[in-house]
Amino acid sequence: MAARKPDPVQSALDFERSIVELEQKIGDLQELAEHTRMDLTDEVRPLRELRDKLLRQIYSSLTPWQKVRLARHPLRPITTDYVNLIFEDVIELHGDKAFADDKAILTAFARLGDERLMLVAHRKGKTTEERLAANWGCAHPEGYRKALLKMKLAEKFGLPIVTLINTPGAYPGIGAEERGQASAIARNILEMSKLRVPVISCVIGEGGSGGALGIGVCDHLMILEYAYYSVISPEGCAAILWKNSDRAEQAATALKITSRDLERLGLVDEVVPEPLGGAHGDHLKTAITVRDRILSRIKELRKLPLADLLSRRHERYRRIGNGEDLVQAVLEARARGGRAPEERVEAPAGSTQGAEGEGAEPRGEERPSGA
Amino acid sequence: MAWVRFRKKDMPGGLWTNCPSCGEMMFTKDLVAHFLVCPKCSFHMTATVDDWIKFVADPRSFEELYTDLKPVDRLDFKDKISYGEKLAKTAEKAKRLEAVTIGTARVGGRDVVLGIMDFKFLGGSMGVVVGEKVTIAVEMALERGVPLIMICASGGARMHEGALSLMQMAKTCAALARLDQAGGLYISVLTNPTTGGVTASFATMADVILAEPGALIGFAGPRVIQNTIKQDLPEGFQRAEFLLDRGQIDSIVTRDKLKDTLFRCMQYLRPVDPAELQPVAAADLEAASSISSNGQEGKGRKDKESAKKAKKGERAARKEAERGEKGRPDAGEQDESDSAGEKRDKSKKKEK
Ligand SMILES: [Zn+2]
Repeated sequence: MAARKPDPVQSALDFERSIVELEQKIGDLQELAEHTRMDLTDEVRPLRELRDKLLRQIYSSLTPWQKVRLARHPLRPITTDYVNLIFEDVIELHGDKAFADDKAILTAFARLGDERLMLVAHRKGKTTEERLAANWGCAHPEGYRKALLKMKLAEKFGLPIVTLINTPGAYPGIGAEERGQASAIARNILEMSKLRVPVISCVIGEGGSGGALGIGVCDHLMILEYAYYSVISPEGCAAILWKNSDRAEQAATALKITSRDLERLGLVDEVVPEPLGGAHGDHLKTAITVRDRILSRIKELRKLPLADLLSRRHERYRRIGNGEDLVQAVLEARARGGRAPEERVEAPAGSTQGAEGEGAEPRGEERPSGA
Repeated sequence: MAWVRFRKKDMPGGLWTNCPSCGEMMFTKDLVAHFLVCPKCSFHMTATVDDWIKFVADPRSFEELYTDLKPVDRLDFKDKISYGEKLAKTAEKAKRLEAVTIGTARVGGRDVVLGIMDFKFLGGSMGVVVGEKVTIAVEMALERGVPLIMICASGGARMHEGALSLMQMAKTCAALARLDQAGGLYISVLTNPTTGGVTASFATMADVILAEPGALIGFAGPRVIQNTIKQDLPEGFQRAEFLLDRGQIDSIVTRDKLKDTLFRCMQYLRPVDPAELQPVAAADLEAASSISSNGQEGKGRKDKESAKKAKKGERAARKEAERGEKGRPDAGEQDESDSAGEKRDKSKKKEK
């Protein structure tokens, strides 16, 4: 790409600075060695060792907030990079055929290895112009509607769908509300739950709330190691709960939004490891890992009969977030026809049925259905 | 997600209540009989779950179910106090364990599943248990072959449950997809306010979307939007009337006409045949795909079959409709304006 890339030193996060400085020093020495044909291997080696040691130190103890900042790193690989590095034979499909072509979401035919598929991905852009055009990855309703239209096309022709998630959130603006941001997202979520082709999603950077989920209902959810997925941005959460957006660091911890936290909560199926120093240190290596993981999942999902694929996806979301205790409580309540257990003293005072209805009804049997 | 704070002044209390909109003084004990609507400016005040039951369900027909499902602090979330403490305090005040109440009821004699969200309960936010109960309500409607009515009020997803709450959007929508495929009826009523993850999931995925006058309805909260775009918001932005004007909802219904409107919608939208209210079976999907590859012959047969089915359904629906018309409590002799709500209104006055 012709566009100028952001400067690595300028873009470095505070906790990365020592590493970037070391890397510059190494680079300078190597350049010097080339120019002067001096052998500086002995000088370079300790610096490299020091850098690796520092990297391991820093990356083994990253805070959730630091991970959020890595997910937003200006040098982090974004959709454009993945398209350039691993997708082939790409044909972009524009527009929702109703209102506009929202550049915050890319939809395209693409080939990954030997699999032809439909790619649906948030787009952030690298240069200022690109970022402006893509609205920093914040889609409008027409973006979600475009995505749905292309996913339906994929369904019709049996193409598996791959979605790459990287958005701070769906755009909160006047036009977005006027054109039904909420229902556009809801429609996608509902329709994706019954798409008759395999759907694989990968959070490659920011998984911002409903804006992420709007292209994120899938059979298999992957997340890069330093990506995050959250119900609200840490800043937004801090502004509401602590009345201070500077408490974002605290909110990032409280919200449990890192890949490992999400894995523990059973919300993601696979954490994709990033190279030491983060995905931005090695785009190609990251992209190839992502490619291989997606490919093997597509091949697995292709083996499932359609009915199994659909019921598996339904089950995935039917149970999502339910702890063991809740599953048990629902089972028990269902066995009582949804009624509260008899021994319960603090019967909800609000129920109109309350005293009169409850006692008279026979317990422990299902209410006749269709009554 | 948006999070709209509950305002105390929207809730009636004390002997007299001032209309939060025009300041009109009203006798607090008359409020419920007037559907908590200001007689002067018709401002719709926040109603409690119990009020809603009175407004929508036939007297003594509501049976609350799944009352004992209790949210848990899975993230060990703490702001000023822990989420667990917050839940306990809120539940004590609300006399309920979660922000949604579900159950079975009759509306004008027709069986329905009714869900009511409580904005006073942590802003009506959707956590795992709210998502679970809404999903159960959808499944009950499907199993029983009866319409689902959801009275929505929410500031969005519940932050204290992190991404767990976000995923409830997918859970509820996946259940609704099945209800829809089975031909079940779902009507949502958007009350003030309905925003965030609830609007972006089950609230807007209804067959018919009704809204209360003046209700704030949107994806993002107005403050978030203002902070983002750094300009003033247009007059009436995100209010029900604004949404109606932009084609986002089916109708705005005042609270005194709500029950009647729900009933009349249900008269039009009768399940074709309760026996056919089954999720599209996997076998059917398989058959359908094999037919399409077999070409014309198979397709023709399938078409004939479905036409026969449709006819049968029509007959059943007609029969049902006839039965329903007779069963309608307030059909016939009463004039248009005498809605089911007003009728109950009268009997209430008698009580006093
Ligand atoms: Zn008033």
